Amino acid sequence: MVDTTQTQQAQGQPLQFYETEEHHPQTGTMLGFWLYLMSDCLIFASLFATYGVLGRSYAGGPTGAELFDLPLVAMNTALLLLSSITYGFAMLEMQKNRVRGTIGWLLITGLFGVGFLSLELYEFAHLIHVGAGPQTSAFLTSFFALVGTHGLHVFFGIVWLVTLCFQLRKHGLIPENKRRVACLSMFWHFLDVVWIGVFTFVYLMGVLV
Amino acid sequence: MSEHHDNVHEHHHEHHGDELPHADFKSYMIGFILSVILTAIPFWIVMGGVFETSSTTALVILGFAAVQIVVHMIYFLHMNFQSEGGWNMLALIFTAVMVFITLAGSLWVMYHLNVNMMPGLMESVHGQ
Repeated sequence: MVDTTQTQQAQGQPLQFYETEEHHPQTGTMLGFWLYLMSDCLIFASLFATYGVLGRSYAGGPTGAELFDLPLVAMNTALLLLSSITYGFAMLEMQKNRVRGTIGWLLITGLFGVGFLSLELYEFAHLIHVGAGPQTSAFLTSFFALVGTHGLHVFFGIVWLVTLCFQLRKHGLIPENKRRVACLSMFWHFLDVVWIGVFTFVYLMGVLV
Repeated sequence: MSEHHDNVHEHHHEHHGDELPHADFKSYMIGFILSVILTAIPFWIVMGGVFETSSTTALVILGFAAVQIVVHMIYFLHMNFQSEGGWNMLALIFTAVMVFITLAGSLWVMYHLNVNMMPGLMESVHGQ
């Protein structure tokens, strides 16, 4: 081994160790964050499974077909989808190293997120008002648990987003902030992926008799 | 930073070890337009009552959801077999298997549990 490297050096080639050939990311943050998202995915899987099992146990209470307001859900879906593309624009602005553009698109994304949450809270308040609260039946318990957990994720995503905007204003597009914006991007798009499951499995299939 | 040639083995990263995903306008727009289409069709199918039977409708909209999840993974989350040396994809596949086992297993077991429940017990539960 020592002999080989010495011979290579002698032949004028640069000294090379095995490690230099492998690709080592300096920080494992992006991979680590992806693993967190995957574990989050398992939380949602168990909530989806619970809803799948209990979703038709109405206990004499109202059914999904009676309760769900599909135009409202379509509106919610549109808001979340729009927030996904505006976050994409924030990422593009970040790649061009424009702080103001990044913050601007992030704030627009946040507004769509707030709109989504407002509609969801309105829906929840309406359901509880008509006597379809989480205590009414196993169906509604699992519904509020699943949709509520997703909403809670969106809420914390918005908190993170606002914090990040202040960070960007203060420090600009330093590598740490770029990493944070990229992580929140994964989080935000992940929530949109979960919402695809929610509107399909809970709402659209819920109104089928 | 216009293009990203990862398959040509050049050490041309500006920040080595900077693992931020590379995105471009075109891929975001393709993903967005596909998502809009793949969202609109299931809503139309259910709200317009396109299919006669519920089971057909359920299968079709589940199919659309699966396709849309893949679209999001590719165009928004930039999943591929290269990022993080393939560990991203490995974690994703593992999670997908776990999710499948959790969902399919729970539904399968609990469905049979309900079917095989004693009829008398079922009536007394429903009678309450």
